[in-house]
Amino acid sequence: MSGKMAITTTVNGEEHEVLVEPRMLLVNMIRESLHETGTHIGCDTSSCGACTVLLDGRPVKSCTILAVQANGREITTVEGLETADGLHPVQEGFKEEHGLQCGYCTPGMMMTSVALLAENPDPSEDDIRKAISGNLCRCTGYVNIVKAVQYAAKKQQGVTA
Amino acid sequence: MLPSSFEYVAPTSVDEAVQALATGGGDAKIMAGGQSLLPMMKLRLASPSLIVDINNIAGLDTLEESDGMLRIGALVRHGELERSELIRDRYPIILDAAQHIADPLIRNRGTFCGSVAHGDPAGDWATVATALGAELHAVGPNGAVVHSAADFQTSMFETKLGADQILVEARIPMPKPGQGSAYKKIERKVGDYAAAAVGVSIVLDGTTITEASIGLTNVGPLTIHAAAAAASLIGKSIDDAEAIEQAGVLAAAASDPVSDLRGPADYKRDLVRVLTKRALRTAGTRAQGKEA
Amino acid sequence: MSTPTVSHVEGAIGQSPKRIEDDRFIRGKGNYVDDVQLPGMLFMSIYRSPFAHATINSIDTSRAMAMPGVLACITGKDLEAHGLAWMPTLAGDTQAVLATDKVRFQGQEVVAIIAKTQPQAEDALEGIDVDYDPLPVIIDPKHAMDADAPVVRTDLEGKTDNHIFTWESGDADATDRAFEGADIVISLDTLYPRIHPAPMETCGCVSDYNTATGKMTVHLTSQAPHAHRTLFALVAGLPEHKIRIISPDVGGGFGNKVPIYPGYVVATAASLLIGKPVKWIESRSENLISTGFARDYHMSGELAATKDGKMLGLRATVLADHGAFNAQAAPSKWPAGFFNIATGSYDMPAAYCKVDAVYTNKAPGGVAYRCSFRVTEAAYLIERLVDNLAHKTGIDAAELRKMNFIQPEQFPYKSPMGWEYDSGDYDKAMDIALELVDYKALRKEQAEKRERGEVMGIGFSSFTEIVGAGMSKICDIAGLAMIDSAELRIHPTGKGVLKLGVQSQGQGHETTFAQIVANELGIPSTDIVVEHGDTDHTPYGLGTYASRSTPTGGAATAIVARKLREKGRQIAAHMLECAPDDLEFDSGTFTVKGSPDRTKTIQECIFKAYQSELPEGMENGFEDVTYYDAPEMTYPFGTYICVVDIDKGTGAVTVRKFVAVDDCGTRINPMIVDGQIHGGLTQGFGTAMMELISFDEDGNCFGSNFMDYLIPTAVESPHWTLGECVTPSPHHPIGAKGIGESPTVGSPQAIVNAVVDALTPYGITNIDMPLSSHKVWKALRDAGVADE
Ligand SMILES: Cc1cc2nc3c(=O)[nH]c(=O)nc-3n(C[C@H](O)[C@H](O)[C@H](O)COP(=O)(O)OP(=O)(O)OC[C@H]3O[C@@H](n4cnc5c(N)ncnc54)[C@H](O)[C@@H]3O)c2cc1C
Ligand code: FES
Ligand code: FES
Repeated sequence: MSGKMAITTTVNGEEHEVLVEPRMLLVNMIRESLHETGTHIGCDTSSCGACTVLLDGRPVKSCTILAVQANGREITTVEGLETADGLHPVQEGFKEEHGLQCGYCTPGMMMTSVALLAENPDPSEDDIRKAISGNLCRCTGYVNIVKAVQYAAKKQQGVTA
Repeated sequence: MLPSSFEYVAPTSVDEAVQALATGGGDAKIMAGGQSLLPMMKLRLASPSLIVDINNIAGLDTLEESDGMLRIGALVRHGELERSELIRDRYPIILDAAQHIADPLIRNRGTFCGSVAHGDPAGDWATVATALGAELHAVGPNGAVVHSAADFQTSMFETKLGADQILVEARIPMPKPGQGSAYKKIERKVGDYAAAAVGVSIVLDGTTITEASIGLTNVGPLTIHAAAAAASLIGKSIDDAEAIEQAGVLAAAASDPVSDLRGPADYKRDLVRVLTKRALRTAGTRAQGKEA
Repeated sequence: MSTPTVSHVEGAIGQSPKRIEDDRFIRGKGNYVDDVQLPGMLFMSIYRSPFAHATINSIDTSRAMAMPGVLACITGKDLEAHGLAWMPTLAGDTQAVLATDKVRFQGQEVVAIIAKTQPQAEDALEGIDVDYDPLPVIIDPKHAMDADAPVVRTDLEGKTDNHIFTWESGDADATDRAFEGADIVISLDTLYPRIHPAPMETCGCVSDYNTATGKMTVHLTSQAPHAHRTLFALVAGLPEHKIRIISPDVGGGFGNKVPIYPGYVVATAASLLIGKPVKWIESRSENLISTGFARDYHMSGELAATKDGKMLGLRATVLADHGAFNAQAAPSKWPAGFFNIATGSYDMPAAYCKVDAVYTNKAPGGVAYRCSFRVTEAAYLIERLVDNLAHKTGIDAAELRKMNFIQPEQFPYKSPMGWEYDSGDYDKAMDIALELVDYKALRKEQAEKRERGEVMGIGFSSFTEIVGAGMSKICDIAGLAMIDSAELRIHPTGKGVLKLGVQSQGQGHETTFAQIVANELGIPSTDIVVEHGDTDHTPYGLGTYASRSTPTGGAATAIVARKLREKGRQIAAHMLECAPDDLEFDSGTFTVKGSPDRTKTIQECIFKAYQSELPEGMENGFEDVTYYDAPEMTYPFGTYICVVDIDKGTGAVTVRKFVAVDDCGTRINPMIVDGQIHGGLTQGFGTAMMELISFDEDGNCFGSNFMDYLIPTAVESPHWTLGECVTPSPHHPIGAKGIGESPTVGSPQAIVNAVVDALTPYGITNIDMPLSSHKVWKALRDAGVADE
């Protein structure tokens, strides 16, 4: 149906029922229907990663997924990183290591970093650079983003050790 | 930039999907990873009236060896191939390509089969499938059909797959003793398609090449099966620099690139020559069980 | 009044407190223009010309009007009725808002569609029918002045060619004489290609006209909200006090968000006509195809020298491609910006430059992309010439530079084309860089590799920048003096707010400007909140670009804080019953000289300012405002050294090592300075290696999305190694010079020089940017170099 479809999706731990046109992109649903504007749009060719969210734990470009495809799935956006215990180590790392400037790429960059650390708790500089290579940043030159992820890795290991 | 309106169904079985495709007429499209289809729809280069999303079909995510074949299901993503231990241990050409397709985020969605089905000569998987002699298993209204990867593509964005067929699985013969493979790609940056890329697979007896196959990416209107280049290697030693050079020259001759932002045609043709040699050397090293 | 002693103030200058603004960004709580969602908001899309040059016979919007949700289709004719079809550019030209007579570049704005939803606005683009008659195009600027070239600006009365201006600087005769006496003349023809700032956030606005109050609020991606308010008043004829520009968080600017774009004007006009908020957010393609490009300078340079490498003179002629409208950003009196800084870091007696600008059928612009008005092009030219001189004379590139550097004792130094450099120590920056990179070892390695047929190169750039415009007697934009301002108000409990005329786009003003106050008043930087980007609540300023925020807004901040410190001193003296001059000030405390126990903290003085019994004649309150007009420009400099390896088989260039030693004077927050350098270097790397907007002969634009316009990812970007050198500016209140742009200005030529250095043994003297593998491959093959 090109009419609206009702979907149920869990965003940042909260279940939402949303009516969406099939052509609506996940990023538009998150920004416009759920009013969570931390997930950004930076291009129209699936090239920049400003829109990165976690879909069932994996980082994906939410501008290249239909909102209807989130039906029954779990989405995590930047707004879901902070918990009652405080900032996520990756958020802390970005601030501590000056891993952001204008902040536009930052939410996407952090989501990718969170997923990287979940899979590889102790990444090398090379691992980090590869992992974030689907996320463009025009401001930082990436050096401090690498440091931010390393900061978070240390912090996470400290917590779990 | 949003797609035009379309209808959407997400069947849960291959049969349902085949039926849905049939109801959409020629204008329906399967959506697998959506990483080629959606970008085209957003730019309105494609405006299908019906999307048949196969992501909810159970059982299409098979990635395993059985009956002498590696089976890659229609929902196996590039990223899963990149992370798979099986692939890492036994299919180096797949790992090479997986690490250089698109970018890590796209790799979490895009599928091997979707890429092959897309019929894009710039797609890396069609070349890998060609080099490895893959069989492509499809299902249509009249049941199962098997295509061979080497001549699967018929023209730019067209393949032998009927508009009413779904590619359900790619099957690749398990490596033989002495087999080595490699994929070499030149891209301008991460996220770019190949300026040129070459995939090779060879089988060695000692240092003698007994089997060879070579595929070329984005240097012509089709994924290129460089048969003459491969044939020239049979019976030659992997250490025979002249034979390797000759294969490079023949592969370059098989290419038919156009000049574009990635470079002039003569550059791309020379890249094919250089990359073929490099891929052969790496494949040779791997065939001999050495690190590369 | 000078910088006070600061022995222990939290967040003072020189410390690196973490950024205040990050608290919202890391939580996804930034507020960018696209995040603005207003009740009843309508959406705008823009239909653009597919042709580079074509007469418009007719425009039919009826199909679009019949499509769901479409409320209006606005054409140039509609705007004409309101006198809005054309608007002035920053360079004093006019630009079509929506095309009326003809289209002049591919991607030009023709019709604006207003619809209830964004998808509806986009769908309706397919319902616009325009009847065009294609015209011959002029794409190559070298032919723009040919007698038979099609004339782009037939709208300008009496215009029969494509010439925009000719601008000269320096002494042509003296330069000719210098060249006559030279042993060696190095010549170089090079194109600094058309590139784009491409901030991650594109341009856009939400224009919100309040029919009841007559007030127009525009949420705008703006680097210069105050100047934009004035321009809106001039363009749209709205009373300026009824315009409010809010530039919330800006997702990067780099010069892209300095001009006013047609989309802003139409969205604002639409909101005015319809009486509802109208949102227009550019797509990436629209951003790349139509908004301010940068560079596009075809340069011919000649450097005269003695056979021992002493530089005698520089001559440069430039052909500047400004596109279809002259929409470049530069101060009015400087049509080619500060290109005449082109003698750079070198002491030479004579120099002359001439710049001709022309119209072509390409997008308008010439914005100062992370650049102080054409300094980038100038620095590129001289540094390329100098490396080629080194190769010609056989003198080591570092040595040659040192032989010709302006010496520390020569400052203030008057350059042959008229600038007065404030301060510098070029040898020092060079020495630090040489040591960091281990230069001797590198040259040894290179020699060994050459023996083996491997291709490795080392390139230098010892640039001098000119920033901080600045100097109202020579710099204005659209008649507005290039001053900037700061308003500081401290509340009774000692915490306060600093309001700025400049506008952050990621530079961290909320942190660094609070540090300047912390330094001057001796209060923790976290006690100051910095506000900017809302013209209703901040003092006037010309905005942030050209590395001018610290030189101008930073100076204003220091001065306004000093004024308040003096007020504090008067109050302290009054309370301590001594003369103001008897007080010493350190870290926020006034102490009577010789009586260490008689003290008043600045906080006590501030509280007192809100009480009765103040010194005779003093008003209550603790606030002030300063407008700062810089007495001089500032001249940051540095030496960059780049090491590249080249793959002979594929032509691929790898930047293996890059050392950057920057001197930007006083560093307010070293962490942020380093971050600015990393970012600028990466943009310079992109420029050198991959970024390009090009056109085919019909004027079709390539590089109109991120698949074609390549921006480096973390994988290609080098790991930058930074060194530091500090030579304060003698005339800036805190000695700061500005850092934002040095790395973009200084880095591309270091990379090109390294590649040319690698290829010198094969007789190659130039490759133009971007250094695509295929160009390097071609140079190698043409020189007969085999692959391996
Ligand atoms: C920025 C960017 C960079 C990229 N770079 C590269 C690159 O370097 N190399 C490369 O190879 N690819 C690249 N891609 C493409 C990417 O690999 C895609 O994932 C892939 O081409 C298509 O796979 P998909 O699963 O996403 O297919 P989809 O996008 O879902 O589908 C593609 C086409 O195939 C059809 N289709 C898909 N699956 C099936 C099926 N099972 N049966 C029948 N028909 C089917 C669809 O109908 C559609 O026509 C890039 C994509 C982007 C956005
Ligand atoms: S918005 Fe650029 S990749 Fe999604
Ligand atoms: S911080 Fe501005 S784009 Fe990354």
